[in-house]
Amino acid sequence: MSLVGILQQKIKQQDSRRQYHSLWQALHLDLFLLISIVLLLAYSLIILYSASNGDQHVVEMQIMHFVFAFIVLFVFAQISPTTYQRWSPWIYAVSVALLLVVLVVGHIGKGAQRWLNLGLLHLQPSEMLKLAIPMLLAWYFHRVYLPMSGRSLLIAVAIILVPTIITAKQPDLSTAILLVIAGGSVLIFAGLSFRLVTILAGLVMIFIPFLWPHLHEYQRLRVLTFLNPERDPLGSGYHIIQSKIAIGSGGFFGKGWLNGTQSHLHFLPEHTTDFIFAVCGEELGLVGSLILIALFMTVILRGFYIAINAQDTFTRLLAGSISLTFFMSFFINMGMVTGVLPVAGLPLPLVSYGGTSLVTIMASFGILMSIQTHRKLLTS
Amino acid sequence: MPPKRIAIKNHHSEILLIHRRTIFALGMMGILILILIARLFYLQIVKHDLYTTLSQKNWLDLAPVEPTRGLIYDRNGVLLAENVPVFSLDVIPYKVHNLPQMIAEIGKIIPLSDTDLNQFQKQFKEHRRFEEIPLKLKLSEKDLATFSENQYRFPGVIIKARLLRSYPYGKSLSHILGYVGRINAEELDEIDPVNYSASNYIGKLGIEKFYEDELHGKVGYQQVENDANGAATRVLNHIKTVPGENLYLTIDLNLQLAAEQALAGHRGAVVAIQPSTGQILAMVSAPSFDPNLFVAGISNKDYQTLQSSPDKPLYNRAIRGVYPFASTIKPYLALQGLSTGIANPEFKIFDPGWYDLPNSEHTFYCMHKHGSVNLNKAITCSCDTYFYDLAYKLGIDRMDAILKQFGFGDVTGVDINDELPGVVASPSWKRSVKGVPWFPGDTINSGIGQGFMQATPLQLASAVSTLANRGARFTPYFLYAEQQAGKPSVVQAPTPLPSVTLSNPKYWDIVITAMQNVVTSPLGTGYRFGKNLSYTAAAKTGTAQVYSKKHTGRDEENDHDQLNIAERLRDHRLFIAFAPVDHPQIAIGVITENSAMAVDVARKVMDYYLMPKPAGEKTP
Repeated sequence: MSLVGILQQKIKQQDSRRQYHSLWQALHLDLFLLISIVLLLAYSLIILYSASNGDQHVVEMQIMHFVFAFIVLFVFAQISPTTYQRWSPWIYAVSVALLLVVLVVGHIGKGAQRWLNLGLLHLQPSEMLKLAIPMLLAWYFHRVYLPMSGRSLLIAVAIILVPTIITAKQPDLSTAILLVIAGGSVLIFAGLSFRLVTILAGLVMIFIPFLWPHLHEYQRLRVLTFLNPERDPLGSGYHIIQSKIAIGSGGFFGKGWLNGTQSHLHFLPEHTTDFIFAVCGEELGLVGSLILIALFMTVILRGFYIAINAQDTFTRLLAGSISLTFFMSFFINMGMVTGVLPVAGLPLPLVSYGGTSLVTIMASFGILMSIQTHRKLLTS
Repeated sequence: MPPKRIAIKNHHSEILLIHRRTIFALGMMGILILILIARLFYLQIVKHDLYTTLSQKNWLDLAPVEPTRGLIYDRNGVLLAENVPVFSLDVIPYKVHNLPQMIAEIGKIIPLSDTDLNQFQKQFKEHRRFEEIPLKLKLSEKDLATFSENQYRFPGVIIKARLLRSYPYGKSLSHILGYVGRINAEELDEIDPVNYSASNYIGKLGIEKFYEDELHGKVGYQQVENDANGAATRVLNHIKTVPGENLYLTIDLNLQLAAEQALAGHRGAVVAIQPSTGQILAMVSAPSFDPNLFVAGISNKDYQTLQSSPDKPLYNRAIRGVYPFASTIKPYLALQGLSTGIANPEFKIFDPGWYDLPNSEHTFYCMHKHGSVNLNKAITCSCDTYFYDLAYKLGIDRMDAILKQFGFGDVTGVDINDELPGVVASPSWKRSVKGVPWFPGDTINSGIGQGFMQATPLQLASAVSTLANRGARFTPYFLYAEQQAGKPSVVQAPTPLPSVTLSNPKYWDIVITAMQNVVTSPLGTGYRFGKNLSYTAAAKTGTAQVYSKKHTGRDEENDHDQLNIAERLRDHRLFIAFAPVDHPQIAIGVITENSAMAVDVARKVMDYYLMPKPAGEKTP
């Protein structure tokens, strides 16, 4: 090999060292976040195995979901934040358009339909919007002055509400709530006036009586049941009562893994999906619950770390929103299962059995990793 | 490339704003996480005991277990009442959302009869909401398979295996055994709610009712783990049930069946007693009914049919049928006559065919002119005139005294319920019951067992067995032996009663000899019984008038009058007997309503019991 060739190689190595701190950065993966996620997912499998009554098939299926979700995460991590920023308006526009298609198809077919059957996979536009809304908002606030003006706030609210209302019409109230949270979290980071929030909250309170008759029967029941679960102990209040019994009977150390009577004897409804935390609380006790919370908080705090270290408004807002949204969906589910919040039908992110919301969340973590690992490139 | 940036100052303030807001968000998150942890602490530590209790209430259930009902056998160990496993479809009402709709849905896959639905409605009203109520008893194999496939559609509906009482000999024993039926609201108030907490059935009649406590046993418990559907997934612990005792009855099934066959086609009753103990060997009341109908819950139609039948199959004639003694009263009065010295074996009267009551216009008729009649002939030929005279001389008080000594006028104390006492009429009885004074003619009528004197077939049999014993009395009874689960059976001792004593024991033989003549003398009213008899027997016939034929007199042997009278107006015939005379093994009381068959029925029963049996058949 010629001297020139060796030199060239050395320069290349030096180059790459300058660009990437490590192999992980070269792969655009944030090691800290990755390990946190893997630990959380591993813990979730332990809970799911028990929740499914030791059904290996369910666990294998969930591992398949994980594998697919990691591929999505990896792909999303490779796309640079600038690309996301450039494509934000288009992603939003396509998502809303698909949402309308679903609405129309749903009208033609009967009942609620939330996805488009693309043969290989079911595309759920409302899931896409969980990312598309914060992206467009971050893009928008990146362009305009911050703190936001009244006009830009109105535009932002419109960006959130248009797809939210369509989603709520499907009807998919729980996803609609998450869309508001995803969009709202951007607004919080973008300096939304708290005075305004207070006034708006007051207005919502006033409008609830007018909104009430437009809610579906089951949605109204959920609210009434939250206010008084004992109202209908065998009907809609059953979930929350049984869930509290499961968690409360767990005590400090729990009844032991696979020994939960509430879940294994089917007293606890939806114990692999929305109410999976109750299985954790029953079998692993307060200790196991705190471990789960700690694992969640590690992921979330790493997300905030990425947001703080982000280098422009778009990435800061996007990273903050993704982290806060993840926290909120975690908190809403936990609040529901422990009886602090009404039964909203939201799964516990990453832990509940199922692939759809898992893929969306892992995609958002891919974006977080992209933001973190493309940093140096921007400074260079 | 990012779009045009405005000013560096703004950029800096933007960073500050976003950082401020990030810190704010972190603070909010911290508060929310603290709320969550506080909530978990509250549920899992503070309220842990409460939720542990609630959780255990969810899955731990102390379920009472029904004890197995004792079996009933005859004296030779033939099974008379057993428990057969059947599958039933049970509904737990509180677990069913829309009961009428659910039942309609079930009706689409499993045929439900009106009886099933009516029974269910009845039970539904009488039971609490969390108790299992059978919707259909005795599921067929096909129903069982169909429902099992569809069970997931019907939460709160379960298939339950249970033991159902069954009486293999059906109507042959229904008046003895009675039957069990579902506990009704009235009984629910009386039974021990703990011991019956798992029981659905209770003895309603007969042995099943009388020995309910022995047959029922003691409730047990299971601590079971339940799933959310209320189905027990496993049993954690038990307190064993104490099964009911097995009962052996004094009944000889073959004799019972023979008596039933002898009575077939007639209304009437047969009671056969072992004189030396009081054990009831057979007790038939015909017609009868199938007790199995009542176990599963009898349909209204079937019950109406039984209720409205003119033959009254539900009516237990053996213990509740009160019939005039007719001439079967005569041996007892003869004994009293001899014992009091009023009658003398040698004393003769002349029977012109009628009897004029002294100091009265009344004339009592006798259908035969027996001519010169002594006590022996009076019993043999059943001479009314002789007994008119004897009754007149004895007076009603002394007549009643001897009848009471033989157990008439009071329940025998047999071990099944609802027995009637019959009537030993007296002046005070007549005044209080009929409201009119006693006439001398009533005494005369009582002398031949007509008028107010009434007895049940059981009393007739019991009294004649006392006569066979020459005075020794025992309470007639059914319970031969009881057997607790896993233990040897305990034979019940007979219950002796105060004996009948005469002033001279030889009077027994005088009357018994006369009763032997009833079947052996060509003049005897029971001569038909005595033809080709291979054992000795003592007997007395009786004819109770149903339709008063004025002044026609009565002929106990010739039925030519009777054949011309409407069937329901024909005389009842009674027959009491015991055999063999020296060592009585069987005493019998027979009544046939509106039929002269009593003698023949008695002969068939006695023959069956006393004649050598073909090889292979059980001997008592």
